[in-house]
Amino acid sequence: MIERTGQRTLKFGKKPVLLSHAAAVGKKEGDGPLGAQFDYVTEDDRMGEKSWELAESRLQKTAIEMALKKGALQKNDLDFILAGDLLNQCIGSFLASVDSNVPYLGQYGACSTMAQGLALGACLVEGGAARRLVASASSHFCSAERQYRFPLAYGGQRTPTAQWTATAAGAAVLGCKGSGSLRVTHALFGKMVELGVKDANNMGAAMAPAAYDTLKTLLDDLDAAPRDFDCIVTGDLGHVGADILLTLFRQDGIDLSPVYSDCGSLLFGDEQDAHAGGSGCGCSAAVLCGPLLRDMQSGKIKRLVFAGTGAMMSPTSVQQGQPIAGICHAVVIERSEA
Amino acid sequence: MNWMEYVNAFWVGGAICAVCQVFIDKTKLTPARILVSLVVLGVILQGVGVYQPVVDYAGAGATVPLLGFGYSLAKGVAKAVGESGLLGVFTGGVTGAAGGIAAAIVFGCLFALIAKPKSKS
Amino acid sequence: MRMKLDKQQYQQLLEQKSPNSPLWKDCLKAFLFGGAICTVGEGVSNFWQSRGMDTADAAAATAITMVFLGALLTCLHLYDKLAKHAGAGTIVPITGFANAIVSPAMEFKSEGLVLGLGAKLFAIAGPVLVYGISASVIYGLVLLFMGGGGAA
Repeated sequence: MIERTGQRTLKFGKKPVLLSHAAAVGKKEGDGPLGAQFDYVTEDDRMGEKSWELAESRLQKTAIEMALKKGALQKNDLDFILAGDLLNQCIGSFLASVDSNVPYLGQYGACSTMAQGLALGACLVEGGAARRLVASASSHFCSAERQYRFPLAYGGQRTPTAQWTATAAGAAVLGCKGSGSLRVTHALFGKMVELGVKDANNMGAAMAPAAYDTLKTLLDDLDAAPRDFDCIVTGDLGHVGADILLTLFRQDGIDLSPVYSDCGSLLFGDEQDAHAGGSGCGCSAAVLCGPLLRDMQSGKIKRLVFAGTGAMMSPTSVQQGQPIAGICHAVVIERSEA
Repeated sequence: MNWMEYVNAFWVGGAICAVCQVFIDKTKLTPARILVSLVVLGVILQGVGVYQPVVDYAGAGATVPLLGFGYSLAKGVAKAVGESGLLGVFTGGVTGAAGGIAAAIVFGCLFALIAKPKSKS
Repeated sequence: MRMKLDKQQYQQLLEQKSPNSPLWKDCLKAFLFGGAICTVGEGVSNFWQSRGMDTADAAAATAITMVFLGALLTCLHLYDKLAKHAGAGTIVPITGFANAIVSPAMEFKSEGLVLGLGAKLFAIAGPVLVYGISASVIYGLVLLFMGGGGAA
């Protein structure tokens, strides 16, 4: 049963099980500091496809199929696919699952899509609507650049606050029962927070207030301190947004830094010229479904807050002068000692 | 060969680019807006008679930056208006810059057909 | 929970936390790259003049040659690598205009030759022609009403 605790936190009584997970990434991501912890690294960002959009869908499909394989599951074991990406009308996701023959729910939460899918998936499983489902998200540098910024061969300069859209996908399978030791215990759906940021090259700044709102509410609702968790990770504020988030908490006298990290800051090394860090739905999805969940399985992390952050904008809204709102959904994952 | 003309082309062209860099870094102007501003500014500067001396001094340093594109448009119009009046108002600008425009379209198509976009690292 | 900061306070925090572009370094690089491209242009112009062209024809031929070079470097995936460092130094010269035309044409070829390549060719550089040509027509009208014109 789902119980509401505090203001907005959802508490899962049966605690949906994270049955398996997998992450597939592009070449640059594979060359980064986390490279060895992804299940699949492609040498060719085109994945042998004729367009970047198809390449992205291939990457997402790979992540979903690997997650199923790792959990010894078939596609027809799934009751739902909850998937999303950054492309118009989520074409990366539906193309990835069009031949799956599984009920499909398209998700859009910008870079918070993975967290949104996981939280929603946990509700569906907990509520009995699904026995097993997969939550997945992807992004591709090349398909995102052509939609949001410039053609790849265009000679533009990136600002220091700009983030690098990750070529990555992650998938996690949730089930109502199973032998897995990782369980989703809480979820919190975030509110959109907009503080007048209009610079599409500074999305970390647009998302940080939403991350603050969600994490502060979560800590209050659970009556917890940051230290009660082994890791609180946002995805993907990047260096600039992460710095702002820590400052906002510091103003409340709360020091988040000992347990805090950000998927966008983790994904790329300083020498990789990614400026403020990684971004894109696939960034947090792959970092969660690769390194973070691996660390949970090995026991290195026992209690994790995964707070996916998204920037609510489109090229149209930005060109029309609308400010960028941030959103942040959080999921608490625990490792139960069996 | 007069090497001073190369020095002049270098520093004038470089200076125009450096000034534009200040606008890119310090203002909200996107590159596309800078380019539009440069072309229009080129037309205006030539119109008020300021740009021709710069071109005489710096050669390619003044004609290769996009200001020079505006300069060609303005020069073409001035010539055509003198020759054919109202008709020249419409034909002059494009005539003046026809080489660059046609080359951009043709080479654009040609190279786009040959080349394939490539991922960045 | 209400956000504890209002928009103004947040903008102030933002200013502090967002790193600025390294202005002097950017400008120096723009100067050097932009200057170098113009120097190449000067060489090209001299080459055409040495082949017997007058100044006006050589200027047009130089524009065509520079557009060709910009398009070639774009197609070889070199122009964007240069531009990462050069900034305005590669955007402002006419080679940058060529880059702005070839790059979307290349990129959107996957959407077809007409609606992809053909339509997107001027996606970035189109405004330059729109406002450049419009400005030239206005200037022409001014000249006409001032009863002037002539070879400027």
